Amino acid sequence: MGGASICPARRRRARLGLVALAPLALVLGGCGEALQWYVVSPATSTGRANLLFLLGGIWYTLALSLTAIAISIVVGLLVALPGLAANPVARGFNRVYVECVRAVPILVLILWVYYGLPIVLGVAIGVFWAGVVALALSDSAFEAEIFRAGIQSIERGQIEAADSLGLGYVDRMRFVVLPQAIRRVLPPLGNQLVYMLKMSSLVSIIGMQELTRRANELVTAEYRPLEIYSVLVLEYLVLILVVSAGVRRLERRLARDAD
Amino acid sequence: MRIAKEEEARSAARAAEPGEGGGASAASAAIELIGVGKRYGDFFALRDVSLRVAPGERTVVCGPSGSGKSTLIRCVNRLERHDEGRILVDGVELDDARATLRAVRADVGMVFQQFNLFPHLTVLENLMLGPMRVRGVTRAQARERAMGYLERVRIPEQADKRPGKLSGGQQQRVAIARSLCMEPKAMLFDEPTSALDPEMISEVLDVMIELAGTGMTMIVVTHEMGFARQVADTIVFMDAGRIVERAEPEAFFERPASERGRLFLRRILQH
Repeated sequence: MGGASICPARRRRARLGLVALAPLALVLGGCGEALQWYVVSPATSTGRANLLFLLGGIWYTLALSLTAIAISIVVGLLVALPGLAANPVARGFNRVYVECVRAVPILVLILWVYYGLPIVLGVAIGVFWAGVVALALSDSAFEAEIFRAGIQSIERGQIEAADSLGLGYVDRMRFVVLPQAIRRVLPPLGNQLVYMLKMSSLVSIIGMQELTRRANELVTAEYRPLEIYSVLVLEYLVLILVVSAGVRRLERRLARDAD
Repeated sequence: MRIAKEEEARSAARAAEPGEGGGASAASAAIELIGVGKRYGDFFALRDVSLRVAPGERTVVCGPSGSGKSTLIRCVNRLERHDEGRILVDGVELDDARATLRAVRADVGMVFQQFNLFPHLTVLENLMLGPMRVRGVTRAQARERAMGYLERVRIPEQADKRPGKLSGGQQQRVAIARSLCMEPKAMLFDEPTSALDPEMISEVLDVMIELAGTGMTMIVVTHEMGFARQVADTIVFMDAGRIVERAEPEAFFERPASERGRLFLRRILQH
């Protein structure tokens, strides 16, 4: 058989994938007149224009997600470190921050940051930055817990060795603990990136022209929800599969380097 | 034949009297513990421990499990904080002040049972980190110093490898070199060969014997009685948190003064 070069597990997964797609194809194909793929078909000029419009949202989705996660990682680390301190006040700050931030739904946070924060601060906040701040704030609580666990997982012996050389707290964190902790938390961090990409769809509520918003607007214009939302699902699917694969490659490269 | 060799090695190692030093450590420090106590809740790990280690003196601490030997040396570089008494290193009393801690820890090297090398750094980087960040040495000087000590522990070819690729004996020798790169005034060893396969123990002990020959103040917690006989100036026997006996090696091994000491020796010398 020609498939002898592919490992049996992969072959099984590929077959399962095909089996899963079959009913989807049947449903979509069998709807007959109910389906008007012209609306997003690259063959027609309208279809092409619509597709481009939908795909254009990717840049905003990516910009939102990547900016938010970068900020969230920095804030998360700054919140995690006090959580490991000897000082009970510092630890208290960490607990209060994490519990409170985790308790607020992202959608609610987005609304509050966009509509409420400008009133508190007295300065206007654009849709993009409101989205970034809300997403980053919300995710930072999870990042903080991830970093706290990662740092705690570093063996005591490493810290004792650093101490016995005379390294101070900052040097110990910078050269011994964090480099090891970051390698360990890369898988959960990758998860958070995927989560962020999905949660960015919520920023559509305040008008951000990312993937979901554009799909909604197109549906209002063309009245073809099934076709358009199917494309939307596909867009997120492809985007996130590509990002996941990228994160896995990064993990593997770092694991290899560490040997 | 073995006995003759031991005799030879013993006289060679003893030839470096305490206070005289040939090699790298120019100034050796005295370590003094006065009435030191340490407790964990209701458990007394150390009770009224008093000990003076002269500059260049080699002290081996032995005793049964739980006798407090590890706790004792961990108090000397303040990996543990003692609850009672005083500890002085090179005349400086140990306290919680950051400056004191930094100074004492830079001047007192420690070698751990589990090596504790930094796995994400190469061997050379492991050795260079301390001198660069704590002693303010430049990168080039740190590298030179590191290569020098790697040669001394006889594994210069491993410089660019990660610790994970080395055998246990090699890792421990790297750990010793790492401590020596700080040019300490005293070295503490916490059961340095206990985690090693038997055939690797001697390569590490050889390095420690050579170090002893340079006049470095050493406190070694170990079960290797052969090493103790060969190198130690003083044997300290501990039990239940107290120092039970303190004697020269021959005296302790031939005529232990305490009943517990006799019992201990009988048990470990049975093999």
